[in-house]
Amino acid sequence: MLDDKDRIFTNLYGFQDWRLAGARKRGDWDGTAGFVKQGRAWIVQQVKDSGLRGRGGAGFPAGLKWSFMPPDDKRDGRPHYLVVNADESEPGTCKDRDIMRHDPHKLVEGCLIAGAAMGANTGYIYIRGEFVNEARRLEQAIAEAYDAGLVGKNAAGSGWDFDLYVHRGAGAYICGEETGLLESLEGRKGQPRLKPPFPANAGLYGCPTTVTNVETVAVVPTILRRGAAWFAKIGRERNTGTKLFCISGHVNKPCNVEEAMGIPLKELVEKHAGGVRGGWDNLLAVIPGGSSVPLLPKEICDTQLMDFDSLAAAKSGLGTAAVIVMDKSTDVVKAIARLSKFYMHESCGQCTPCREGTGWMWRVMERLVAGNAEIEEIDMLHDVTKQVEGHTICALGDAAAWPIQGLIRHFRPELERRILARKTSAAPAKAA
Amino acid sequence: MAKLTIDGKPVEVPNGMTVLQACQTIGVEIPHFCYHERLSIAGNCRMCLVEVEKMPKPVASCAQPVMDGMVVHTDNDKVKKARKGVMEFLLINHPLDCPICDQGGECDLQDQAMAYGYDRSRYHENKRAVDEKFMGPLVKTVMTRCIHCTRCVRFATEVAGVEEIGALNRGEHMEITTYLERSLTSELSGNVVDLCPVGALTSKPYAFTARSWELRKTESIDAMDALGANVRIDARGNEVMRILPRLADDINEEWLSDKSRYVYDGLKRQRLDTPYVRRDGKLAPASWGEAFAAIAAQAKSLGGDQMAAIAGDLADCESMALLKDLMTSLGCRNLDCRQDGAKLDPAQRAAWLFNSTIAGIDQADALVLIGANPRKEAPVLNARIRKRWLAGKFPVGVIGERADLTYAYDYLGAGPNTLQDLVDGKSRFAETLRKAQRPMLIVGQGALARKDGAAVLAAARRLAEAAGMVKDGWNGFNVLHTAAARVGGMEVGFVPGQSGRDLEGILAGAESGAIKLVYLLGADEIDMKRLGRAFVVYQGHHGDAGANRADVILPGAAYTEKAATYVNTEGRAQRTKLAVFPPGEAREDWTIVRALSEALGHTLPYDTPSAVRTCLTAKSPAFGALDRIVPASWGPFGAEGPMDAAPFKSPVANFYMTDPISRASHVMAQCTAMRRDLAAADAAPTGTGS
Repeated sequence: MLDDKDRIFTNLYGFQDWRLAGARKRGDWDGTAGFVKQGRAWIVQQVKDSGLRGRGGAGFPAGLKWSFMPPDDKRDGRPHYLVVNADESEPGTCKDRDIMRHDPHKLVEGCLIAGAAMGANTGYIYIRGEFVNEARRLEQAIAEAYDAGLVGKNAAGSGWDFDLYVHRGAGAYICGEETGLLESLEGRKGQPRLKPPFPANAGLYGCPTTVTNVETVAVVPTILRRGAAWFAKIGRERNTGTKLFCISGHVNKPCNVEEAMGIPLKELVEKHAGGVRGGWDNLLAVIPGGSSVPLLPKEICDTQLMDFDSLAAAKSGLGTAAVIVMDKSTDVVKAIARLSKFYMHESCGQCTPCREGTGWMWRVMERLVAGNAEIEEIDMLHDVTKQVEGHTICALGDAAAWPIQGLIRHFRPELERRILARKTSAAPAKAA
Repeated sequence: MAKLTIDGKPVEVPNGMTVLQACQTIGVEIPHFCYHERLSIAGNCRMCLVEVEKMPKPVASCAQPVMDGMVVHTDNDKVKKARKGVMEFLLINHPLDCPICDQGGECDLQDQAMAYGYDRSRYHENKRAVDEKFMGPLVKTVMTRCIHCTRCVRFATEVAGVEEIGALNRGEHMEITTYLERSLTSELSGNVVDLCPVGALTSKPYAFTARSWELRKTESIDAMDALGANVRIDARGNEVMRILPRLADDINEEWLSDKSRYVYDGLKRQRLDTPYVRRDGKLAPASWGEAFAAIAAQAKSLGGDQMAAIAGDLADCESMALLKDLMTSLGCRNLDCRQDGAKLDPAQRAAWLFNSTIAGIDQADALVLIGANPRKEAPVLNARIRKRWLAGKFPVGVIGERADLTYAYDYLGAGPNTLQDLVDGKSRFAETLRKAQRPMLIVGQGALARKDGAAVLAAARRLAEAAGMVKDGWNGFNVLHTAAARVGGMEVGFVPGQSGRDLEGILAGAESGAIKLVYLLGADEIDMKRLGRAFVVYQGHHGDAGANRADVILPGAAYTEKAATYVNTEGRAQRTKLAVFPPGEAREDWTIVRALSEALGHTLPYDTPSAVRTCLTAKSPAFGALDRIVPASWGPFGAEGPMDAAPFKSPVANFYMTDPISRASHVMAQCTAMRRDLAAADAAPTGTGS
């Protein structure tokens, strides 16, 4: 369990003042200018050394991603942009929201440092449209920072000019995909772009851009203050540091909590969320990383560690670390069918497999809830998910396919039971 | 160059190519829907997925640039499965209404479903249905069939330059539509029908009239503007059913203007299908013999200087050459092919040609438009200018009317004064032209078809010389014509002979009675009232202004009904082919002139098409090289003189109706009405106030 002294988000629950004065008391904005003055390469190297992996879901090494931005000697005159992805829309996920609500200065300070590390003088925070209060608070925090000279010209006395803007989205899940976000930010229909070119070459307005998650940016100032080595020794190898977990569902005390990477799932749920409703043995399954990753049945949950590599080994994923707990009262087929509906609703419609496949999958899932299908259709559904997965422009196709694959992998007997039950109950009616 | 391996075969292609293009170079076919080589890459249909070794997922070959050492597989089981999957997805919500779909038989989806799809569906849910959209009188929609490839969206945005098609909604509810379901306002809108790989966008006038396999396809040349777009005329029986563009990289690429594409219903209306002779003030049907006799009776008492001939906008080179020879043998030197009164200078070929060539636009790096509105006068050429402009670093200056040309330009002024300033280096644009390596100008008929046209032409020549537009390997002096016949007329020398009368002289002579016989070869755009009491012979194919005024009508053939030569604005001679026969008694035009010459006792020595073409070749080098361009030498032309301050005005007021065929077309009338209604709607107050 993470020691209190190793927590980064010390005002995660909003018990203290979120404003600049309170943030400063917690150590934010301390020595920022010094970090920026160390230069781009130094900051990137620190982030690399810390082993920080992107907190948005894919877990790509953050330092490596930042280093893709053209270095100073290879700049071609185009501006560089930092874009912070605050379009937190993955069902079950609410970590960025609490950061912006209660610790916005961590993000603002992180933007300055990340911007400086990328050679960007401009940053945009693309915030989910539904986060009205969070957007207001963030704007207030930025205004405070401007007033205190912490952003703007010669931000925080670092010699680096950095402007920061908040842009509110209009409530589309797909705008959380980095290139869909850039399209939306440019004022167009939120549809992901083809890659290559990658945003680091041609992103916002065709300029070098890095899109990065709120949590990733917000932890960087603390990493620099406490040293990469401190961050790197928390957690497991290749899965270092602390992480915000969002625990929801059938637990006694749903919560957001900062914990060390690699904490056992059982410990996470029992220590911080008051345990599964009705006790651990009442557990049916857990979706460990937000709605898009395959669920894990109780047998796996018993020993599962919560980090990128451990969960990938279990054919699931850490994703956004949104732990959705389902106890035995759950209609697991219906739960996954509801997720299928979500992905159908949020598919942007641009590319064929996702546009057509998400609707197909949902319709079959709805029939499976009632058992109104043939046994072979389970295999067909699995085949359809395989035709969507990996064949689309962005990862939404994968996100739509994985929950169903997880369901079929772990709960096929339940699917078959429903089909057979319906057949036997319907049989007399047919005969009559 | 990048070396890669495709299906085990080594290939070397230039860097920057996509995998799909690399596959095409060695004849490996990759199925695709959204990819189109003249549009930006969307990568959304996912039909072109291939496997590249060391890449975790199948990649869209249309969007993947080649890299050295790539190993590509296009036909292994994984790729085949991926294609089948995508095809299945495309078909689950696509109606299986091929028997009643106009695209049936020439449908990419149909063909590729046969080649790459499953033979049955596993989809048993309800299919999606989508409301039809209104896209104007030319494009019919059946949006349930749409596969969302967005080719139409990209065409409208990129090539046509009107952002009027887009997508609404998300996911499976995504719909392609026009903004507020308004008509498209592009002159190139019909091209979306060709681009649509399924039957979602089809041709409205062609709807349900024919199936593609019933059509006889004739490769020919368009005559609706001076571009000479390469077309394919599809006919059934003796009826033109539709006109489609052909690939011609140097001319129309693969686009066609709406007038060229949809004018064909005009070929079936108002046709002159028998000779007429005016008796007692009324035109009465007559035999060819009677018609010729009536002309001969008039002509025999007249001297050559009492006769005149004017060639119209659709006349072919053969008939103009023969008519010129006939009139010359009658001692007549009053000839003019410039029925709009344009002061084209016969002294130099370079004076009337689009010297840089159309493809040359791609190389130009600055442009001045002088009294030309290419969007109305030659929409496909305008798209080429836009393409060049999109590529960047292409300043455009306009002298003439302010108009939406689909690209940004520097508006320099309205008329000759501005042109003079530019020639004198007083205009801000002069510096831009001077700095350019390959500057070009396009002078339109709006600048030349006026009293001071010769002076304007001379000023344009001086500008070309002053701005360094004419040099080794580059001639940026361009005349944009509006009529398919004009350059051909200039090439055959259908202009006043020594001391002969030009158009104005002929009309003045007819008014005063000095000219007693006027031969109109398809000339309909002149002021018929000025023909006075002259005896008028009209040879042409449509009952338009000329036929209305005529005393004798000789029914000719339209451009789809004869093998005839047209020279486009670049000076490129091209030959149409006979797609259908002329109606009734109507005949190919050169044979009419040949037959008339015999009736007049001045028999022309041309009895076969090849004899006529030998005659053409003798008149101009342009005819010696069919489909190619013979460059023109540079020399002085135009006439120095005062220029009027009046602003230049494009001769094309209504793009959809410029000649007898388009004026007879019901579809073109609908387009005209559509534009009028849109303009009225835009002008009306919206009620929201401001």
